[in-house]
Amino acid sequence: MVTTTVWRLGYASRFFVYLLAHSGTALRRFRLTVREIYFAGVLSLIIILVSGLFVGMVLGLQGYDTLQRYGSSEALGVLVALSLVRELGPVVAGLLFASRAGSAITAEIGLMKATEQLSAMEMMAVDPIARVVAPRFWGGVLSMPLLAALFSAMGIFGGYLVGVVLIGVDEGAFWSQMQAAVDVRNDILNGVIKSVVFGVAVTLIAVFEGYDSVPTAEGVSRATTRTVVTSSLAILALDFVLTALMFTGGN
Amino acid sequence: MNRSTIDLWVGVFVAIGLGALLFLALKVGNLASFSTAETYRVDARFANIGGLKVRAPVKSAGVVVGRVADIAFDNESYEAVTVLRIDSQYKFPRDTAAKILTSGLLGDQYIGLEAGADARILKDGERLRITQSAVVLENLISQFLFSKAAEGGDAKGGK
Repeated sequence: MVTTTVWRLGYASRFFVYLLAHSGTALRRFRLTVREIYFAGVLSLIIILVSGLFVGMVLGLQGYDTLQRYGSSEALGVLVALSLVRELGPVVAGLLFASRAGSAITAEIGLMKATEQLSAMEMMAVDPIARVVAPRFWGGVLSMPLLAALFSAMGIFGGYLVGVVLIGVDEGAFWSQMQAAVDVRNDILNGVIKSVVFGVAVTLIAVFEGYDSVPTAEGVSRATTRTVVTSSLAILALDFVLTALMFTGGN
Repeated sequence: MNRSTIDLWVGVFVAIGLGALLFLALKVGNLASFSTAETYRVDARFANIGGLKVRAPVKSAGVVVGRVADIAFDNESYEAVTVLRIDSQYKFPRDTAAKILTSGLLGDQYIGLEAGADARILKDGERLRITQSAVVLENLISQFLFSKAAEGGDAKGGK
C-alpha cells in the first residue's frame, strides 16, 4: 500500500518534469491551449461568479452582525476584503475549480486512454503528453488565477451590496478603510501567488489521474473521484503552508 | 469549426479576469495611493517605539504625508532608529517634532509630525532631533501607583 503510494508519487514527479519539458507544442500552437482555457475557465465562470457573490453576501451579513457589537461596523469592508483576497478567494475558487474543471479533465483524458486514442496517437508518432496533456495543464494553470480574482472581486461586490446597499454601512468608510488596510503586495499579490500554486496543483493532479487511470469504465470513475478528493486536500494543505509562510513572517 | 467564437469567449474571460485583478489592486488595495512621487528620507530616534510597525503612516495635522520605511535598533545608544519616507511635496522645518501616537483607544500606532518654526527646511538624510516616545501603558500605571503611594505617605507624615 505504502509502496504503491510512493511509487505513484515518483511517477507523478517524473510525469510533471516530462510535462514541463514537452510543453513547447502547447505554447507554440497556442490555439490548443486557448481551447482548453475555454473549457476550464470560461465554462467555470458562472459557478465562480455566483458562488463569489453569495460568499461575499454571507460574509457581509455575518461580519456586520459581529462587528456592530463592538461598534465598528465601518470595518466591514476590511473584513470582507481581507478574508476574500487572502483566503476564501483562492481556496474556494480552487475547490470549485477542482470539482468543475479538474474532474472534467480527468474524465476526458481517462476516456481517451480507455478508448485507446492515446495509444493511437503514439502509433502516429504524436506525443500524447505534448498534444493532449500539456494544453490542458497550461489552460488550467492560466485560468485559475483569473477565476480566483473574479471570485474575490465578485465577493467584495456582494459584501458591498449587503453591507452598504441593504444594511446601510457608510459607503465612504467601507471603501476607504478597505483601501487603508489592504496592501497590494502583502495581501493581493500573495492571494494571486496562492491561486497560481493551487492552479498548478489541481491541474497537475487532474491530468495525472486521467493519464494514470485504469482504462476501464470503473477505472475512469475512480480516477475522477480521486482527482476531486486529492486536489481538495492538496488545496487545503498547501493553503496552510502558504499562509504560514506569507502572513506570519512579519511578526 | 467555430474556433473564432471560442477565441472571442476566451478573450472576454481574460479581459474580465484582468479587470478583476485591476479592481482588486486599485479599488480594494492601495496601489492608487502609492504615488510614484519623489520622497525624501528622514531619521528619527525614539527611546521606545511601542508597537510601531514598518509601513505605518506618518501624519501631520491628521494628513498622511509619508510612511515608516525602516525600523532598526541602535546598539550604542540603545535607541530605536526609524527611517521615515516623506512625500517631497510636503516640506517641514528642521525643528519639527516627531511623536508616536495611537489612532483611537486601541488602534494602530503612527508617527505624528508637529512643524516647528525654523526657517530652514528638512533635507534628505537629516534627523528629527525632537522626539517623544510611545506611551507604554504599564509605565503609566506604575507611575500612577507610585504617585498615589507618595500621596499616602505625605498624608501620614502630615499628621
